[in-house]
Amino acid sequence: MARWIRNGYFLLVYLFLYLPILVLIATSFNASKYGTSWQGFSLKWYASLFDNSLLVDAAIRSLIIATLSATLATALGTLSAVCLYRYRFAGRQVLNALLFVMMMSPDIVMAISLLMLFIVLHVQLGFWSLLLAHITFSLPFVIITVYSRLSGFDTRIIEAARDLGAGELRTFLRILLPLALPAVAAGWLLSFTLSVDDVIVSFFVTGPSFEILPLKIYSMVRLGVKPEVNALATILFLVPLLFVTLSQILLRRKK
Amino acid sequence: MRDKSLFKFLTIGLLALWLGIFVLIPNLMIVVTSFLQRSEEHFVDVLFTVENYRKLFDPVYFGVFAHSTLLALVATLLCLLIGYPFAYRLARLTTRWRPVLLVLVIIPFWTNSLIRTYAIKTILATKGLLNTVLLALGLIDAPLRLLYTSSAVTVGMVYVLLPFMILPLYAVIEKLDSSQIEAASDLGASRLQAFIRVVIPLTLPGIIAGSLLVFLPALGMFYIADLLGGAKDLLIGNFIKNQFLDARDWPFGSAASVTMTLAMAVILLAYYRSIRRLNSGGI
Amino acid sequence: MSELRSAVVELKNIVKSYDGKTILDRLDLTVYDGEFLTLLGPSGCGKTTILRLLAGFEAADSGEISIAGQAVNALPPEQRNVNTVFQSYALFPHMNVFDNVAFGLKMKKVPKEEVRQRVQEMLRMVRLEEYAARRPHQLSGGQQQRVAIARAVVNRPRVLLLDESLNALDYKLRKEMQVELKQLQRRLGITFIFVTHDQEEALSMSDRVVVMCEGRIEQIGTPRQVYETPANLFVARFVGEINVFDGEVLERIDPQVIRAVVEGLECTLRSERPFARGEKIKILLRPEDMRLSEARDDASAEGRLLGKVVERTYKGMTLDSVIALENGKRILASEFFDEEDPSFDYDPGERVAVGWVKNWEVVLPDAG
Repeated sequence: MARWIRNGYFLLVYLFLYLPILVLIATSFNASKYGTSWQGFSLKWYASLFDNSLLVDAAIRSLIIATLSATLATALGTLSAVCLYRYRFAGRQVLNALLFVMMMSPDIVMAISLLMLFIVLHVQLGFWSLLLAHITFSLPFVIITVYSRLSGFDTRIIEAARDLGAGELRTFLRILLPLALPAVAAGWLLSFTLSVDDVIVSFFVTGPSFEILPLKIYSMVRLGVKPEVNALATILFLVPLLFVTLSQILLRRKK
Repeated sequence: MRDKSLFKFLTIGLLALWLGIFVLIPNLMIVVTSFLQRSEEHFVDVLFTVENYRKLFDPVYFGVFAHSTLLALVATLLCLLIGYPFAYRLARLTTRWRPVLLVLVIIPFWTNSLIRTYAIKTILATKGLLNTVLLALGLIDAPLRLLYTSSAVTVGMVYVLLPFMILPLYAVIEKLDSSQIEAASDLGASRLQAFIRVVIPLTLPGIIAGSLLVFLPALGMFYIADLLGGAKDLLIGNFIKNQFLDARDWPFGSAASVTMTLAMAVILLAYYRSIRRLNSGGI
Repeated sequence: MSELRSAVVELKNIVKSYDGKTILDRLDLTVYDGEFLTLLGPSGCGKTTILRLLAGFEAADSGEISIAGQAVNALPPEQRNVNTVFQSYALFPHMNVFDNVAFGLKMKKVPKEEVRQRVQEMLRMVRLEEYAARRPHQLSGGQQQRVAIARAVVNRPRVLLLDESLNALDYKLRKEMQVELKQLQRRLGITFIFVTHDQEEALSMSDRVVVMCEGRIEQIGTPRQVYETPANLFVARFVGEINVFDGEVLERIDPQVIRAVVEGLECTLRSERPFARGEKIKILLRPEDMRLSEARDDASAEGRLLGKVVERTYKGMTLDSVIALENGKRILASEFFDEEDPSFDYDPGERVAVGWVKNWEVVLPDAG
């Protein structure tokens, strides 16, 4: 009985997390325009989605920003984590403190601070400002992820590599990078997720010249969201899920 | 030796430059702006004033702050109550599916939180899923007005932020040594006593980290209030957003941000202290 | 023996400090080609720092370090012809055993086929051929230890540095590895510099032992010299158990013998040190050099001290007794079993006479 309650509770939380998404998916196949009552299965919103290039373009822009910002943040973050791990230097504590503050500071504060910076520097709000902002809020997460992985290893490993004749560069490429790789991948995925999920920072630092999906939808909400959005959300949810599931199955089979 | 110093210099230099330009300077700009006067043409006039801070204590604005803090606290508490048993169960599972179950907590994030908030809106709508189900079950006679209430905003926050509570909790509970709980029951503690006296103190860092990760963003999530709360349920986030984008009063918005950041700093300092006390206390 | 051999490592006037705390204080040390040298001392005495200076992980504040005649102060670790076996082994967790051992050769761009041959030969030598494809975490502690040794030795360094390398092993394995290491060193002819705080290990493995304390060298000598004729009280106490008696010089009888009072007992002692009449001295005696006999009233006349047995401990090979002398001083005596001797066993509380094997005492001035 207690076991049944525990498992039931467990499933209930998952249901809570997925219910809104399931509702989106269900409505995307509903023939009804307002989605409140079921009027039969239909793919018409998918068809009209592909006629609505504005929405698709916004989604593609979101993915471009997420991919670019995650990749650049991971590159800079990994190098930084390695340096913070390897070297003692003046100001190391200051950098650590700044990273911690960044992770903890509310999105809205980071959003307005970057907005002010871009306006003062006369950076036009659009692709570049958005990319720089997304790299900035992803950076501490990559650094912390990679750093905590590295600090789990015996520091003598680096000395061993040097002792066996590896210079600074080869120690990095042959020892540190392979060891950190799972964390580097996790850092990239985390950055990508943060970028795709972000609303607040993007809302402030991009302009009409480069509108990404959440902002497009935000502006649509007042006028009534078109059912194509449900179709788009379904695709954006199911495609990566399918991808991950397939790769998991392949990995397990390989083992 | 030369390639070492070059690599080190370039990387640390780049990181320091990045943090300097995109974190330090912008934050300093907010602090400076919060002490300046509003200007119609240039956003700000370079004239020192503390008026912006004084205005924050105006009952109208102070009410917004208090209400927003209350909502964030309620959301944090709910996340903790929902998330703790869930994280505990997840961390103690012995199945090989545990990593997959953990990833399932994160996957909703691949759908932008604005889209998910919008989905909640459709569920809570007068003719939405929840009312339809409740009517069909005969639990209610007429549709409830769920949307545009404080409760709707709280539900939205809990929904969007719950994983931020679950993940740090999972991290500490997973590291929990079950022999410590066994030792407690060996020494005569009941299951409840063992939980209160051993498990909760040991997982306190996770509880505090999770609470911070829910509470702080909850103050700023203006889009949730916009979508689910209508206009009346103002959060600090809505307030700051309005000052910057609608009222164009940068100094006033900055003052609100600085105050919020300072409050955050105080909470973080208390957090650090408690962590250090926990570590030195030897439990 | 030292004149016959050439120096391979020379440390001259080395000073090293961290945060204002001196770790090595004007230290000089010469290591000869092909020897097994052990640095022995309590933790914090600077022995590991010497290894790290030689490997190049740290730089000396001042002084000169040379390896095989070449000054290496400015050379980074990767360019020094020495290799280290780390205390924690520091095996690369993402590489299998073969790749771990091959790492150093690959860094030197040794041709592939030669790498394969040398690694396999090395793995055969440490009896790990079948484990080449395993990852470090799939090996036992002893196996990891042997990989760490193989990974260093395969590069044929001039000097092999071993940092408390046997510490992590359990007692039995440790004994085995001591023998294996010694054999390996003889076979390869490589100079070994071994760091340990275990005096038994140091004595059983080394050609020479360097006893260190607080950044200074207290004594350098063969294990036998260090054990039997310690240069000072620190060495005597650190290397093995020892009893210390207080005494005072009465007169010199001949160049080798003095007459003195030891714990109230007048006797002759063997010493060539110049002592003045009335000088305070310390007399050092190993527990195994102590002799116990039945207490009779004329015991002191025979050059024996009287005492009471406080504790008897059975140690397998020996029987150890703690004896409280009449003046309250406690001493340790360690006797080998002699089953022929019926009077061998004493009960706690029983009075005994304590003597020692003549001429095996070490007499030192009382430094204070």
